[in-house]
Amino acid sequence: MGQYITRRVLTAIPTLVLISMVIFSILALAPGDPLSDLALNPSVPPEVRQRIRADMGIDDPIPIQYGRWAESLFTGEFGYSYRTRAPVIDLVKQRLPTTLYISGLAFLLSVMIAIPIGVLSAVKQYSIFDNVATTLAFIGFSLPTFCTGLLMILLFTIKLDWLPSIYRSTVDGDGLGGLWERIRQAIMPIAVLGLFQAAALIRFVRASMLENVHQDYVRTARSKGLAERSVITRHALRNALIPVVTIIALSLPGVITGAVVTEQIFRVPGMGDLLISSIRNNDVPVVMTVTFLFSIMVVFFNLVADVIYGVLDPRIKYG
Amino acid sequence: MAEASDVRSQPAGQAALDVGGLRAKKPRSLWSDAWRQFRKHHLAVAGVFVLVFLTIATLIGPLVWPNDMSLINFSESTQGVSLDHPMGTDDLGRDIFARILWGGRISLAVGVAAMMVAILLGTMIGAIAGFFGGFTDSLLMRFTDMFISLPSLPLLLLTIYLFRDTLRDKIGPNLGPFVLIVALIGVTNWMPVARLVRASFLSVKEKEFIEAANCIGATRSAIMFKHIMPNVLGPVIVAATLAVGAAIITESTLSFLGLGFPPDVPTWGQLLNTSVNFMEIAPHMVIFPALMIFLAVLSINYVGDGLRDALDPRKTTG
Repeated sequence: MGQYITRRVLTAIPTLVLISMVIFSILALAPGDPLSDLALNPSVPPEVRQRIRADMGIDDPIPIQYGRWAESLFTGEFGYSYRTRAPVIDLVKQRLPTTLYISGLAFLLSVMIAIPIGVLSAVKQYSIFDNVATTLAFIGFSLPTFCTGLLMILLFTIKLDWLPSIYRSTVDGDGLGGLWERIRQAIMPIAVLGLFQAAALIRFVRASMLENVHQDYVRTARSKGLAERSVITRHALRNALIPVVTIIALSLPGVITGAVVTEQIFRVPGMGDLLISSIRNNDVPVVMTVTFLFSIMVVFFNLVADVIYGVLDPRIKYG
Repeated sequence: MAEASDVRSQPAGQAALDVGGLRAKKPRSLWSDAWRQFRKHHLAVAGVFVLVFLTIATLIGPLVWPNDMSLINFSESTQGVSLDHPMGTDDLGRDIFARILWGGRISLAVGVAAMMVAILLGTMIGAIAGFFGGFTDSLLMRFTDMFISLPSLPLLLLTIYLFRDTLRDKIGPNLGPFVLIVALIGVTNWMPVARLVRASFLSVKEKEFIEAANCIGATRSAIMFKHIMPNVLGPVIVAATLAVGAAIITESTLSFLGLGFPPDVPTWGQLLNTSVNFMEIAPHMVIFPALMIFLAVLSINYVGDGLRDALDPRKTTG
């Protein structure tokens, strides 16, 4: 088991190296100069400009630039934002908790909705409940998050005036009032992201449950005289969850990158917002770091999915 | 349901009475079986109708509809639904219905074109990996795994931002973004198809009829394209259908974030992007484009669902 995990972790490293190369070459191949603003500035003499370029190593060959970038990434040095002059790591530290908080809760919400509904749907296959649930799930993942987000703002902010449409990192008021305000502003971003994810998950849970409820071991459990409830939860669900857990772990990076869109709709000051604003500002160091962090998350959760699958399913060989 | 079973039982009853009639009937092909199965999925059939309607409307609509999509008229800005403007007008007084028609043409075209790029890449890579196996296979699958690990949305945003202006200057203001967006969506979406095709190739190439084809001296390419490929077609068609929907969503997401088509190209996502600032005074500017995206994607997903039922060889058709 330990050997299997080690091997999986080791195969993740070349993937990350390759991804960093892809990100770096996209930027290196791109037209445009990060210091083009400087060139237009008349108060900066050409010699100084040349020295800045040399200091930053912009004119070095691309492999050397890549090597330098990779080395600094490895030592945890992410450089400075061109725009704000602040260390990139500080910007990320400011933004990351908000994104993790929103997408983490959205993720929990989706699991909490999808598992019970998916199980009930499968157990009562072709019932009214099943039909309604599968139809709603189908509608749910055909509606992109920015559509649901905007429609929710129309309904809950503009028509009903129940919830704020803008997420603020600084909420006025302490104590219970402030807390309530913080909860209120997080409801819509979490719901939009969570419901979309839940819609996709319900189908997986239902399909996986359906495969199991007709198996012989479930019939055996029933014929032993077990209560239907424990047949479903203790026997069928346990086995049905093995592929589902993998799908859940694999979908987590999607929830986090999905936050790029929701953060834009509700103006949540998270990583996605940082990415979009720094793309617009030509802020290369921030863009590279954020994109690379997203890749690390994707690779990490793929790894987690594999390991969980190995732990849960004893039929997997670690050969 | 009662109707469907009636239709099915009737020819069987007749055939039992009249054996001569049975021989005269055309033999049932796999495709007609699939079609019979597909027709039973009512929502999928409805989806086909909606898609055909949308395609015709966006192709012919802009030619027939009298209002110009780019005619600015400030005296009519942000008007609600009326007979003259069935979907209202936007902040500059332009007719939203005309813009929806024209934008739908582009949104649907992007969806289909990006699907073709993804399917072509995925089928090629999957077929080569599955057919040749061994080292080629593991190399190509590593490559596929790496692409799956790429964070596609951030990379799409970044690449479009960096290369948009260059391509616009090189190929033209309309074709530039189109080619870029189609190529990028295709390049970030081929991986599931490749895995699917590889898996099918691996299982089909061990079958007896391939051995037989080998024995009669069929060439490698004949075995690959004439013998294996038709057996892989079913899942690829399903994946292709669903890929159109995914591509439409991706395009509208990019345009919504302001990194897709330029503001003067009214794709559905782009219409939503401009509508955000006018939500309070003109909710129809949000509702109609959102509805169109939803309608198109929902229909495509239902058609995909119906095709999956119809083309699944494990299902016996009645």
